[in-house]
Amino acid sequence: MKHTISVLVENEFGVLARISGLFSGRGFNIESLSVAPTMDAELSRMTLVTRGDDQILEQITKQLNKLISTIKVVDFTDSEYIERELAMIKVSTDSESRAEALRIVDIFRAKVIDVTPKSYTIEITGAPAKINGILELLRPMGIKEVVRSGPVVIGRGTKGVVG
Amino acid sequence: MELTGSQILLKSLALEGVDTVFGYPGGAVINIYDDLYDSSINHVLTRHEQAAVHAADGYARCTGKVGVAIATSGPGATNTVTGIATAYMDSIPMVIVTGQVPTPLIGNDAFQEADMCGITRPCTKHNFLVKDIRDLARTIKEAFYIARTGRPGPVLVDLPKDIQINTHKFSYPETVSLRGYKPTYSGNSRQIEKAAKMILASRKPVLYVGGGITLSGADDALLKLAEQTQIPVTTTLMAMAAFPQRHPLALGMLGMHGTFFANMSVTECDLLIAVGSRFDDRVTGRIDSFAEKAKIIHIDIDPTSIGKNVAVDLPIVGDLKDVLGKLHGCLNQKPELVEDLVEETEDWRSIVVEWKERQPMTYRSSKSVIKPQYVIEKISEIADENAIITTEVGQHQMWAAQFFAFRQPRTFLTSGGLGTMGFGLPSALGAQVAYPDRQVIDISGDASFQMNSQELATLVQYKLPVKIVILNNNYLGMVRQWQQMFFEKRYSQTVMELPIDFIKLAEAYGATGLQATKVEDVEATIKKAFETPGPVLMNFKVSREENVLPMVPAGKAIHEMVLAS
Repeated sequence: MKHTISVLVENEFGVLARISGLFSGRGFNIESLSVAPTMDAELSRMTLVTRGDDQILEQITKQLNKLISTIKVVDFTDSEYIERELAMIKVSTDSESRAEALRIVDIFRAKVIDVTPKSYTIEITGAPAKINGILELLRPMGIKEVVRSGPVVIGRGTKGVVG
Repeated sequence: MELTGSQILLKSLALEGVDTVFGYPGGAVINIYDDLYDSSINHVLTRHEQAAVHAADGYARCTGKVGVAIATSGPGATNTVTGIATAYMDSIPMVIVTGQVPTPLIGNDAFQEADMCGITRPCTKHNFLVKDIRDLARTIKEAFYIARTGRPGPVLVDLPKDIQINTHKFSYPETVSLRGYKPTYSGNSRQIEKAAKMILASRKPVLYVGGGITLSGADDALLKLAEQTQIPVTTTLMAMAAFPQRHPLALGMLGMHGTFFANMSVTECDLLIAVGSRFDDRVTGRIDSFAEKAKIIHIDIDPTSIGKNVAVDLPIVGDLKDVLGKLHGCLNQKPELVEDLVEETEDWRSIVVEWKERQPMTYRSSKSVIKPQYVIEKISEIADENAIITTEVGQHQMWAAQFFAFRQPRTFLTSGGLGTMGFGLPSALGAQVAYPDRQVIDISGDASFQMNSQELATLVQYKLPVKIVILNNNYLGMVRQWQQMFFEKRYSQTVMELPIDFIKLAEAYGATGLQATKVEDVEATIKKAFETPGPVLMNFKVSREENVLPMVPAGKAIHEMVLAS
């Protein structure tokens, strides 16, 4: 089962290596990982997506918690949360497909952020499924490159995950 | 007044109560060594950095203090890795200080540069690269705090040369504040009450005790609990000295080379109380058959140990001393129920005794050839009550665990988790430095001994009277045993074809060498060695193809043992 985990860590040298090393060393898999600073300058937040059964997930959260650099670990799987990912997609266009490409962008409420005579670069934000959806529709035109940020999540409601 | 980084380091060590360090100098730590020259800290020069770390480890294991080792950058630092990994697997509190190239050169493939934080990340509890002298004192404080608290472990501090030379005002922090590190010491009272209930309801309980018991200093609490409830105690390799092995409730070691009665007790019990142990594969054998009929209580300070290999019915996270103390107190409030428990489990104990009588820990004795087990039995008889035993890794290690009657905590220093050959001699060295007046005995095999035999020099130089026992079969014995049992006696690369003259080797370093080739010489040789001042090496020519039994073949359940007879 897929789990999305938010990890607050000390914003210090080598901490990303500690987390990724833990996953590779113990044979856990990481599907995606994103890291960025938080309001607290001493902390960074990592959002990672992993898979495993309950026992593996218990080990993953315990092992993450065990790292000295880890402040907090939250597995969002069993709670209400909002998940968003950003993707930038470079798609080939010719005179026939340009209008269709723009229609798709419109339907998905995406944006064209760069234009050349032969391509559009499209920015889209949404749940990973939505991004998969637009990719599916653009694929016949010829996708030259896709850059995805990996999902980030935030819990619903008033409570925040802070150190 | 401003101090240099190396002076700050040494002052900090002194404030942490460190009086002895083990190490080996080099270019990237030369400033530290220059300041050590005037320091009150005692430095022991080993002949290899790996040995320095093992020595600090041995020192830590027998004293309970944090062991400290120093090595230079690059090869000096990478030589420490096996020692660090050994300590990590057995949760030994240590601080290892390695020199590093100056900060502007880091990452440039400078001379004797190695990324030690990268290399040791998976085998340290935590590590630090000090990039600013203002962080140095706080880093040392945190390193010691992390090493000795919670589940202990080794911490590496990588110290670039320019940081050692730079100056800064010295002030040592009083307290440590680590946002992400707050070990749980106090066991949950409700869980402990539940544990007491489960114990009182059990009819075939067994205590399964690991190295955590000694790390927590809970050996006495364990003895109290066992005697109060009359529950038999089986110990892992790491805990052989944590419970007096001559005690009527002692079942000896369990697992791959465990006793018949320990393995049968675990297989048949209805309640397994795991205390500071981690269900290692060498203990459990085939995991789905391990303690199949039992409910499991698991008490450990490290939450990751609980539920890792085996699903447990009742987890308790906390310091064993705290939890066992509370458990004892909880049971004390119900003296009648405890009395009932003792009465109701009478049958269980008699079944265990029956197993013990039917299949005691034994071997086929011989009059013509020295049996390695016999040598261990004799040492056990002759050695002082508080003698410290260290081992290398292999057959001799298992025989030591099986046939030496351990009496006191912190007297059996052995590499359990990593299984490091070459651990015994340097760790004995460290133990002897800690206790100059106690008997320290390294039980060794001829193959293992050669992994760090250069430390004979250190023993002689510092007049450390370690007694070395080599059970010499001219084989890499444990691997040979597997080849005999599972690979049709194809002894691939396990014959130590060159017979070393160990007596001459000892003498070359200025130590005493003794040898016994006949059974009747064993006792006299041991006695003579114990009476001889200074380090003594005893070479026992033992029966060559002796096997460690019982043995649970890989992949089998622990009751499916190959027995001695």
